[in-house]
Amino acid sequence: MSSGTADAAPARLDIDSTGEHTALILSGRWTGDAAREIERAIHQLDRRLSDTKDLRFDLAAIEDLDTVGAWLIVGAQNAAAATGRKIEITGGTPAQLALLRRVASTRLAPGITPAKGLPFLIRPFDMLGRAVAEAVTDTVRLATAFGEMLAVLVTSFSGRGHFRLTAFVNQFDLIVFRAVPIVMLISLVVGAIITQQTILQLRNFGVSIYVVDLAAILMLREVGLLLAAIMVAGRSGSAITAEIGSMRMREELDALSVMGVDPYRALVLPRMMALIVGMPLLAFLASLAGLAGAAIVARVYGEIPLEVFLDRLRDALSMRSLMVGMIKAPAMAFIIGLVAINEGFKVKGSAESLGRRTTASVVRAIFLVIVADGLFAVFFAAIGF
Amino acid sequence: MAEDSPILEIDNLSVAFGPVRVIDGLSFSVKKGEILGVIGPSGSGKSVTLRAIVGLLPMAGGAIKVFGKDYAAMKPAERLRTERRWGVLFQQGALFSALTVLENIEFPMREHFPVSPRIRREVARYKIDLVGLPAEAAYRYPSELSGGMIKRAALARSLALDPDILFLDEPTAGLDPIGAAKFDELVVALRDTLGLTVYMVTHDLDTLAASCDRIAALGKGRLLAIGTMNEMLKSDDPWLNDYFKGPRARHLGTTRDGK
Repeated sequence: MSSGTADAAPARLDIDSTGEHTALILSGRWTGDAAREIERAIHQLDRRLSDTKDLRFDLAAIEDLDTVGAWLIVGAQNAAAATGRKIEITGGTPAQLALLRRVASTRLAPGITPAKGLPFLIRPFDMLGRAVAEAVTDTVRLATAFGEMLAVLVTSFSGRGHFRLTAFVNQFDLIVFRAVPIVMLISLVVGAIITQQTILQLRNFGVSIYVVDLAAILMLREVGLLLAAIMVAGRSGSAITAEIGSMRMREELDALSVMGVDPYRALVLPRMMALIVGMPLLAFLASLAGLAGAAIVARVYGEIPLEVFLDRLRDALSMRSLMVGMIKAPAMAFIIGLVAINEGFKVKGSAESLGRRTTASVVRAIFLVIVADGLFAVFFAAIGF
Repeated sequence: MAEDSPILEIDNLSVAFGPVRVIDGLSFSVKKGEILGVIGPSGSGKSVTLRAIVGLLPMAGGAIKVFGKDYAAMKPAERLRTERRWGVLFQQGALFSALTVLENIEFPMREHFPVSPRIRREVARYKIDLVGLPAEAAYRYPSELSGGMIKRAALARSLALDPDILFLDEPTAGLDPIGAAKFDELVVALRDTLGLTVYMVTHDLDTLAASCDRIAALGKGRLLAIGTMNEMLKSDDPWLNDYFKGPRARHLGTTRDGK
């Protein structure tokens, strides 16, 4: 039908009102890529028709006609017929006439419009309500996921269901070992930056040596763990959500279920265990890297030699600071894992939903990790630890 | 272009994945206005051939001529114009999951036609009507559709730009017999009213019998035979014999001991 050549004549609509009928002579390409000219020509038709004589559509000179062109011609015919004119069609190949007939015989059901949105002023309240309802169901879902996980954990280690060691080792490699370089690099840089800023301030008081105490406590108690947790949430939380989400989209989770394999046992538990076991390790390595960054910067900016730094570090470090970081780590890992899994199970059919849930997984995990860190800080301060 | 001239010519096509030649010296042509069914055992390169023709896989050798011109030698602008003249129905539909059916059909028009939104919407709804989908389906998302509706919606999208050639990859796979028969009728009706040329990869014997003018059989990356159903039945190729005279073909009345 469409010749697809670019050099064909553009769509034209000429009016010849000399005869008994007013003849509309259509020529050129009446196809979708000429839609702009066609629509303009048909739009102006009303104004250009000076009489109310019957219309004759002459299609003999049309080079090309597709559905868009046919749709617009039929629209013009219907508009003219509504004013009481008689319509006649001449010319046109059998295929073009068949297309016009097919288009003309189509009655689009009126009033099929997408559901109207709420009024502008109501919308914020609607969104707030939905967000609250979502938060409530989400809390229930998280509790459910927590319960399921505890159940498989207990059965796995009480010998009533086996623990998937291979999957655990594989996940440990993906989630923990492969994260080591990037986590350490980031901690090194952040440790260096914090130390640099601190030295610049402490130097005013002549006590720049205290930067060692500060770095030691900050790195072990807070920063090492936070950086590790944020990296893991971004790296592995998103991966877990995307894996579980796409498995859900492709009915792989359903396949597991009908085989009598609990998805929580097969998929969730190995990832969760890898996170919980690996996070203290990552946090510890991050703290060491942060201290290394601090030592380098202390040497460069604060003229504190490495021996002095290490000497001071020995006094400043306490088992207690290390314990604070290590106690928090599994809790952070648990938050990241729970959020990632929950968001993964929430994925619905579309690719867009997968993307949105993965984003939500990372954002929520990081947010909750920081909130939890704040609560831990309050708690440890209250018990004087 | 003359009525019986080939609209698509495949000349000595080769496609390789690494050192393995999946398609090796395949030649056949598709005539304007015909429905060609492409069959072959699994792994014979049916889908690979289709993907090579529409430019999704690189060719290792040979030439593909579309509308009388060598596809590989075309300039980008000409290639784009050619690509607009074919529609592809992928096996799983490949509808955009984030868009409604109506938006899916409007999408190619929005990209290529400078048409006003109102007309575009009406034409898209006309296409929905054309493929026999209920009007309510327009505002549903692909994940809310049944398998048969997805095929029809995807067909409507592949028809959005009024193509000359329609490539169908296993269009009736996964449909119930009634749905499949209706789909066959639809393809034939579209060919008759729109003057389409249809290139159809299929395994469905009923589809082959009901709608295909000619059948091309591939095997091991080569053409085993091409011709009408009757010519296929007369062929003495062992695979074709098994295919058309096997137990699943019995109801077609083509088996050796069938009545």
